[in-house]
Amino acid sequence: MSPAEAARREDFRAILGLVKPGARVLDIGCGEGALLELLTRDKGVDGRGLEISPDNVALCLARGLAVVQGDADHDLDDFPSRAFDYAVLSQTLQTVRQPRHVLSELLRIAERAIVSFPNFGHWRVRWSLMVGGRMPMTGALPIPWWATDNIHLCTLRDFTQLCQELDLNIEACASLADGRPARAIDPMRPIENWRAEQALFMLSRK
Amino acid sequence: MSISDPVRSAAVDGEGLVRLAQPLRLESGARLDQVEIAYRTYGALNADKSNAVLVCHALTGDQHVAGLHPASGKSGWWSQTVGPGLPLDPAKHFIICSNVIGGCMGSTGPSSINPDTGKPWGLSFPVITIADMVRAQAMLIDQLGIDTLFAVVGGSMGGMQAMQWAADYPERVFSVVCLAATTRHSAQNIAFHEVGRQAIMADPNWCGGDYAAQGVRPEKGLAVARMAAHITYLSQPALQRKFGRELQRDGLSWGFDADFQVESYLRHQGSTFVDRFDANSYLYITRAIDYFDLAAGYGGVLAEAFRGARQTRFCVLSFTSDWLYPTPESRTIVRALNAAGARASFVEIDSDKGHDAFLLDEPVMRSALAGFIDAAGAARGFS
Repeated sequence: MSPAEAARREDFRAILGLVKPGARVLDIGCGEGALLELLTRDKGVDGRGLEISPDNVALCLARGLAVVQGDADHDLDDFPSRAFDYAVLSQTLQTVRQPRHVLSELLRIAERAIVSFPNFGHWRVRWSLMVGGRMPMTGALPIPWWATDNIHLCTLRDFTQLCQELDLNIEACASLADGRPARAIDPMRPIENWRAEQALFMLSRK
Repeated sequence: MSISDPVRSAAVDGEGLVRLAQPLRLESGARLDQVEIAYRTYGALNADKSNAVLVCHALTGDQHVAGLHPASGKSGWWSQTVGPGLPLDPAKHFIICSNVIGGCMGSTGPSSINPDTGKPWGLSFPVITIADMVRAQAMLIDQLGIDTLFAVVGGSMGGMQAMQWAADYPERVFSVVCLAATTRHSAQNIAFHEVGRQAIMADPNWCGGDYAAQGVRPEKGLAVARMAAHITYLSQPALQRKFGRELQRDGLSWGFDADFQVESYLRHQGSTFVDRFDANSYLYITRAIDYFDLAAGYGGVLAEAFRGARQTRFCVLSFTSDWLYPTPESRTIVRALNAAGARASFVEIDSDKGHDAFLLDEPVMRSALAGFIDAAGAARGFS
């Protein structure tokens, strides 16, 4: 993904809008480093990445990014407490083995966590399961059940509930759908659980 | 290249020998006078002296990184990484590699003449450490008129030196690349080295280290040391793929000749090694590696070693089948770098070629190295 393409992605733009200039940012599951590069270029952040694929890490290095090979389930332990202002987990929480532990780790490492995930409560997901009787395949969930990495899908309401259990502050919440700009929402309103195709949260410790 | 004009004449590949202007103070408390360092260079130093790369060699390596080796006539030990169009490119970088002190390829070591006695040092040579090797390199760099290195790069024992550079001279290193290494020798690592040393010392021709005066060489012992060590540089699958149970001849000999191809291969490794390496150097350098424990000087906290290196860029690489310095060793380094707030990158490269994979042409290693070096070069102001 080129920087120009990355700059057009609405979820990246929403994250860019949340991060303060010059902050220390850890991007977990940073892929080829498109978001990190954008944050470095436009926000002057001191960025680090964690990425599972060696080929992607090599691509990140070629972009001049500091990226460590590893995965969210095992390698967050390697980062010291409060080393970052933000820990970003974009579209990855539903793929980890222990989402609850990972979420706690994010807020051990960083002051704030920025987390996005596909909302399994979205009306199209509910519709396709109820009417079609099959595992949903939608814009946010494009891969068949037997091939997807998603093992811990949740709804907006599930996630909000987990944040309450972990005693986390929801500092901001936005919904993303169909490539439209992010829209700030109140995640407690039931209607948003129907409308949000993807959800983006910024969390902090209380 | 002449000793008096070490840098300017290095527009093409150069070789040099410098005598350190100051005595070398060793970690043991001993002092070495009139230390000589043999080195080789590739490429040219740029006007603002910002493109100097120090490559640190491994246990049995030497300063001949690329190009032809003057003794063997073969390509240098890292011809896959250093050369035109490769990650370390003489067209962009001024690449320096020096033989470590304690070595036997021109730098002062146990086979050198002790200036006080006029005889080879032998076992009267002081025990040296990785930090001593690095201090000697820093003095060499001083005498070459270079203040800051763009990169210090090394694999295995070379990676140990690179990490020691970051700890001892953080303001003098812009970036560090550490491949297939560790910051502390394990019990198993020390055990294998001890087997090698005992093999050398059990050879009657070793003569208590005084073989040079006796006009003999402990070739059998040194060859066995090399054979044992060589196994640790390969992986079980690589050895199996290369040799399996293939025989040298048709049928078994029903004796102790080299029936199996792997035996013949190891014997060959041993016998060619003794032609190019000194037995006492092997003792001293393996000892230096065994003594290496970077965190020990920092209250056992490795992160403390890197406190001064927050501005330094690090690239740590490990290999999946390296059982000499397996990936968790590299992860320990990365964890310490993160804790120190340094700029750390890390990749574990999938390879079944064992520890020696870092010497070979591994595509992911090459792209990671090239990417890291080029991006660091751009940040340093050249590319």
